[in-house]
Amino acid sequence: MKATVLVRPKAGILDPQGNAVLTGLGHLGFDGVRTAHVGRLVELELDETDPAKARALIAAMCDQLIANPLIESYEIELEGDA
Amino acid sequence: MREARPRIAVITFPGSLDDRDMCWALGSLGAESIPVWHAEEELPDVGAVVLPGGFSYGDYLRCGAIARFSPVMKAVERFAADGGPVLGTCNGFQILCEAGLLPGILRPNRSLRFICRDTTIRVERADTPFTSRCKPGYLLRLPIKHGEGAWFADPELLAEVEANNQIVFRYSDNPNGAIADVAGVCNPEGNVMGLMPHPEHAVDPLLGSGDGALILASLVEAAGVRLGVPA
Repeated sequence: MKATVLVRPKAGILDPQGNAVLTGLGHLGFDGVRTAHVGRLVELELDETDPAKARALIAAMCDQLIANPLIESYEIELEGDA
Repeated sequence: MREARPRIAVITFPGSLDDRDMCWALGSLGAESIPVWHAEEELPDVGAVVLPGGFSYGDYLRCGAIARFSPVMKAVERFAADGGPVLGTCNGFQILCEAGLLPGILRPNRSLRFICRDTTIRVERADTPFTSRCKPGYLLRLPIKHGEGAWFADPELLAEVEANNQIVFRYSDNPNGAIADVAGVCNPEGNVMGLMPHPEHAVDPLLGSGDGALILASLVEAAGVRLGVPA
C-alpha cells in the first residue's frame, strides 16, 4: 500500500524557510502572496494492506521519526482510501 | 607509568567533525579521551560522555534525527539514566534533543544564514558537572558555527524548563533567534547538558579564547569523581 505523509510546520511557529520563499517571491514580482510555509513530503510503500492498520503504523513512524511533534504536524494520505 | 587520568568517551557519528578537536581539548585538560564509534553497543569504562559537533547523517530529515538511532545511543541513554555526565555540543546538542534526553529542539537560525563567529554566553548555574569551575553571571567568549542553532520550546515547555532551572547558558547577544536567549540547557536531573557554542575550540588564548576550558575542565573533574580518579 502506498502512502503519502505531509509534514507541516505548526501554526504560529517561526518558519524561516517559508519566510525566505515569501521574500523570494516578492523579489520576483509575485505580489499579493500573504504567507508561505515550507513542509516536507514523505512517500512510503508498505507491506500492510489494511488501511486502518497502515494509518496506525504510519502515525507511530511520524511520532518517532518522520515529524517532531514539538514543531510539526502531519497528515497521512493512503492511496485509494479517502 | 603514566598516572591514571579521568576517562571520557567522545562519540564519532558518520559526519561528526569536531570529535578530534574535542579529544585534544579534553586531553589538554587532563583527561584521557577515548574515541568511540557510533556502531558500538557498549561504552568503555568512562566517567563522562561527549557528543561532539558536526553534521551527522548529513543532517537529513532534521539535525540529529537519524543519529539518535545509532547503536551507541542506547548505551548513552543507560549511562545518562545512571547519573553519568553527558555533554553535547552543537550537533551533539541537536542529537540529545531529538533523542529526548534534553528538552526542546534546534531550529534554523532566524537569519537563515550559517553563522560562524564568537559569541558571549552567561553562566546561569554553576551547580552542574559542566559549570562547576564557573560562577553564575560569568561571561564566556565561545565560537558558534551553525545553521540550525535556534533553540525552541513551546510556551508550556519553556515554563517547565524555567521552573526547573534547566537553562545553564544564555546568549548575551542572541545570534540565532533562540527562545529566551537559550544557549545551553540541561535535563531536570542536571547530568545531561547541551550547548550550541563550541568550548573545545576555545581552550587556549592562542585560539582567541580560553573560556571553553572552564566548561571542559568542569567535566573532566566530574568524570574523575565518578571514576574515583583525581583530575
